[in-house]
Amino acid sequence: MSNRRQFIQQLAGSALGVGLVGGVLGLIARQGAALPPHALRPPGALDEAQFTAACVRCGLCVRDCPYAILKLADWLDGPAPGTPFFTARSGPCEMCEDIPCVPACPTGALDPSLTEIDNARMGLAVLIDQETCLNALGLRCDVCYRVCPAIDQAITLELSHNQRTGRHTVFMPTVHSDHCTGCGKCEHACVLDTAAIKVLPIQLAKGELGAHYRLGWEEKERAGGALVAPDREHQFNLPEGKGYDYYGPGLVDEPGSTTDDTPFGANPLETLRRGIGGGGE
Amino acid sequence: MGWPGVEAQHKFGWWHAHRYLLLRRLSQLSVIGLFLLGPLTGVWLIKGSLSSSLLLDTIPMTDPLLMAQLLAAGQWPLAEAFIGTAVVIGLYALLGGRVFCSWVCPVNVVTDAAHWLHRKLGLKGRLHLARSSRLWLLGAVLLTALFVGQPAWEWLNPVSLASRLLIFGLYGGLLALLLLGLFDLLLMRRGWCGHLCPLGALYGELGRVAPLRVGTPNRAACNDCMECFEVCPEPQVIRPALKGEGPRVAILDGHCTNCGRCIDVCSQHVFAFGGRTAVASEALKNLKRPEGE
Repeated sequence: MSNRRQFIQQLAGSALGVGLVGGVLGLIARQGAALPPHALRPPGALDEAQFTAACVRCGLCVRDCPYAILKLADWLDGPAPGTPFFTARSGPCEMCEDIPCVPACPTGALDPSLTEIDNARMGLAVLIDQETCLNALGLRCDVCYRVCPAIDQAITLELSHNQRTGRHTVFMPTVHSDHCTGCGKCEHACVLDTAAIKVLPIQLAKGELGAHYRLGWEEKERAGGALVAPDREHQFNLPEGKGYDYYGPGLVDEPGSTTDDTPFGANPLETLRRGIGGGGE
Repeated sequence: MGWPGVEAQHKFGWWHAHRYLLLRRLSQLSVIGLFLLGPLTGVWLIKGSLSSSLLLDTIPMTDPLLMAQLLAAGQWPLAEAFIGTAVVIGLYALLGGRVFCSWVCPVNVVTDAAHWLHRKLGLKGRLHLARSSRLWLLGAVLLTALFVGQPAWEWLNPVSLASRLLIFGLYGGLLALLLLGLFDLLLMRRGWCGHLCPLGALYGELGRVAPLRVGTPNRAACNDCMECFEVCPEPQVIRPALKGEGPRVAILDGHCTNCGRCIDVCSQHVFAFGGRTAVASEALKNLKRPEGE
């Protein structure tokens, strides 16, 4: 009898142990699965959850990175321990054309179908602080724009009126997600003490439209014409001979009308004599 | 009983009584050394870490426990990882599964040191766990991977952490090894490697088929000094071979790590490396005598 009791006790103890260990491990893994915003994955990395599940933490990609920017995460670094990451501010991806880190991966956690480095999406640059960005202040720094490997595609300079001086142009660095590889060169090169432009993991940086959203102008272009009742010219209630130009100076004379076509005569005395209410008649 | 190996040292000399111990340390050091050769000198013989590596730029080797976790987590890795796992399984199926533990694994150095100190200080462990606990832990590791979809054990696995500490200089492993050493020293004699390590449990299963085994061909000479039991990390494996009936003398238990320490310390030359089917030397004589006559 005591043997059976011992056996049951042992079994229960072991099962409890397994449950406990599993629970603790699971918690740690869940807790640790969140990628801190400064950590970027190597090119070709799968979605974060898939990546940490498929990565064997061997460091082969780290060894094959010719610029030694990749690092395996230590316990307190943030990313799952042993997984590779890089930090844009201290060392961005140099965008090797042969992408040596990807074929080094034995498991495919770095997707081998990535053969064109321009298709990599390691993160997304965001001009996160427009209060300190020199270009946003109206100066011509342009460094992030100049160092961008996809200059004029991933980062463009968008011109706008400088409200402060009233006579200059603001050259606003603007990131376009369809070309930004997230290499981190812009953040690395930002001349400020703390970068105003930062490369963030895509899931953090990118918004997403509701699946049912349609952009009218895109749909219109695709269909070759308005899909709803055609746009109607707006009717303004204006004096005769006057028009309104939305995009230009506002109130304009209709072509062919005479400029003196007002309720008031050319001679002010006549108006005075007539009286405001026209009671002179 | 004195300190194990002293008598063997008196009879056969210092080298003889320490040769497998030293060879093992050399082997453990060389494995890490080879991994460091590349980054330090630019000569790349082997690249990666104990989790997965590439030998001579051609032969992949992948930790079977990591592979098992990946598969349990629902991943289907590239062929390279499968080949690497097959290479490792093949290698240790030949040499003895837990040859990894005693000849390669860096954690072994720490737990051996803890055991040495434990004995030196005459400490008594307070914790008692069955040696089968490692199988339960192995089960827990795989079940967690299944449920969480992540190789969760890799957040804590001391073997991976130690490998990354030595090969990549990540200090997290230092803390893990320190805790592990203290656990073995203060709480449980041979606690980690002998009772808990799930990787050891996995390799122990491989050891069941390995042709290379330590045996007791000269067991007739045993004088019951018990020194082999004292130094053995898995002392339960010795008895069937040493005290068994029948001509077969190989230690067949998969958990024998083929460390050869028993061969070192035995003053009677009882132990020797051999095959699974090794027979006692007196039985051999009995077999040969009829031929000679």
